[in-house]
Amino acid sequence: MASVSVPRSRASAEPRLLRSATHVLEYSLLAYRRSFRASLFSSFVQPALFLAAMGLGLGGIVDRSGATISLGGVSYLAFLAPGLLASAGMQTAFSVATYPIVAAINWVRTYFAMIATPLTPRAIALGEMAFMVFRLWMVTGIFSMVALAFGVYRSPGGFFLAWAAAILTGLAFATPVAAYSATRKNAESFNALFRFGMTPLFLFSGTFFPLERLPAFLQPVAWLTPLYHGVALARGFALGTLDPAAGVVHIAYLAILAGIGAIACLVTFERRLVS
Amino acid sequence: MPDAPAPLIVARGLTKRFGAFTAVDGIDFEVARGESFGFLGPNGAGKTSTMRMIGCVSPASGGTLTVLGLDPASDGPRIRAKIGVVPQQDTLDTDLSVRENLVIYGRYFDLSYREAGRRADELLDFVQLTDRAKSKVEPLSGGMKRRVTIARSLINEPSLMLLDEPTTGLDPQARHQVWDRLYRLKQQGVTLVLTTHYMDEAEQLCDRLVVMDKAKIVAAGTPRELIERYSTREVLELRFPVGVLETLDGQLDALVDGTNARRLERLPDRVLVYAEDGEAASVAAHERGLRPESVLVRRSSLEDVFLHLTGRSLVD
Repeated sequence: MASVSVPRSRASAEPRLLRSATHVLEYSLLAYRRSFRASLFSSFVQPALFLAAMGLGLGGIVDRSGATISLGGVSYLAFLAPGLLASAGMQTAFSVATYPIVAAINWVRTYFAMIATPLTPRAIALGEMAFMVFRLWMVTGIFSMVALAFGVYRSPGGFFLAWAAAILTGLAFATPVAAYSATRKNAESFNALFRFGMTPLFLFSGTFFPLERLPAFLQPVAWLTPLYHGVALARGFALGTLDPAAGVVHIAYLAILAGIGAIACLVTFERRLVS
Repeated sequence: MPDAPAPLIVARGLTKRFGAFTAVDGIDFEVARGESFGFLGPNGAGKTSTMRMIGCVSPASGGTLTVLGLDPASDGPRIRAKIGVVPQQDTLDTDLSVRENLVIYGRYFDLSYREAGRRADELLDFVQLTDRAKSKVEPLSGGMKRRVTIARSLINEPSLMLLDEPTTGLDPQARHQVWDRLYRLKQQGVTLVLTTHYMDEAEQLCDRLVVMDKAKIVAAGTPRELIERYSTREVLELRFPVGVLETLDGQLDALVDGTNARRLERLPDRVLVYAEDGEAASVAAHERGLRPESVLVRRSSLEDVFLHLTGRSLVD
């Protein structure tokens, strides 16, 4: 135990922010390893079941009913898959940005172990956001490959761009939700968030049917929701039907939301962890 | 200035406020290199708030604080890189293995995996948990978890350790194991700063301590000095049946006047008689017609100091 006894006089410089954030990411990956297999499996099964049941099963009826015109000239499966992909980004965002954050602050208190070291609340926020990107990359990646097997994409470029669109969609939800979660003392409000936030968005953002089917007064409301932009972007990329100007609007909207959320995270993590 | 006698921690008028509530009210203290320094006081006295300021995770609201010659306000990460923290509540990841908890913590200090692993093995040996290295933290006993936390706090080879109630909630055997490890660290020259509301812990571990009550320091010194200053060598405890105590005021007061007893402390169920010679006081009490249910003569402790200073006992 000689090593414990020697006080170190060598001043170790403050590790840079990105380096610290990397250590936080390392922790999250280490902790995630324990649920990796189960999570990989469900990430695969979920889209496979949805695309088979709704895309092929329900889609068979929809396509025969002559609705192809209002879907933009594609099969229901091709219409649905990119929308579900973007929605998967949103759902993953809600799951990684709610309970795990509340647990790390209030239950397991992981973040308090971290701030006793040279890590700062900012490094923790950045590292956690990096982990969210990783999870989004993984879940939407598996989804994309399942959709690829169903023959959804028009081009290899469309495959990758739609995947990226789904990650961006997830991030636009993940950062603001994580910033909110950091202010919570328990998980009570999450049920309401899922029920009145996530579920209506999932159903009414153009994933299952074109927005034009909504009553006219609701359509502008739908345009304001982030998932609508994510779905439209992923679909436009996957099917090669994206109008460039609309694409810029979608990307800008989602990126700004993700950016504001990221800044909010830096603020709420700092406030919560240092008092 | 590696060997300069400059104190490791200097606080002057240190204050912490949470809104209108003052948790720490202008306290002064210094901690020298190599000493073991304690904050003794009941829950809510301001001990933890003080520790969090020293640990650079809670900015001071007033006064000045220097830790390892640096200012926590501007050099927090640099200070934290050199201290080891054992928090009041365990913050171990219960789903990771014991060893993983240590290694990932070493990464936070920017150690390589190789170095963190080497130190983790060494430290698990130090806290006698080598055989549990691969087991998850969850099933470990409270005492073992504490030892893991202590091992983890040493991963950066700190010269200063902050321990917030290191043995609260542990059974007597586990407490002695923790004390034993802390005592070894102290012998190796590590500076220990700890909070406690246990008298015996303070007497066992602290070279010097301050007694805190209601956000202020009410006394400071070595355990021996404090006992000499605020108590007597011995204490006679007289226990009476319920209801009898209130009828005895006259006889009790006479005890202080006519004998070597210096002072009385009336508790709900017993009377503490502070005297240089407890045995003599006991005889005197008997001569004055006092017939307690039980009689105990013991050495004075920090508990008596606290009782004298605040009129309350430490652990309710």
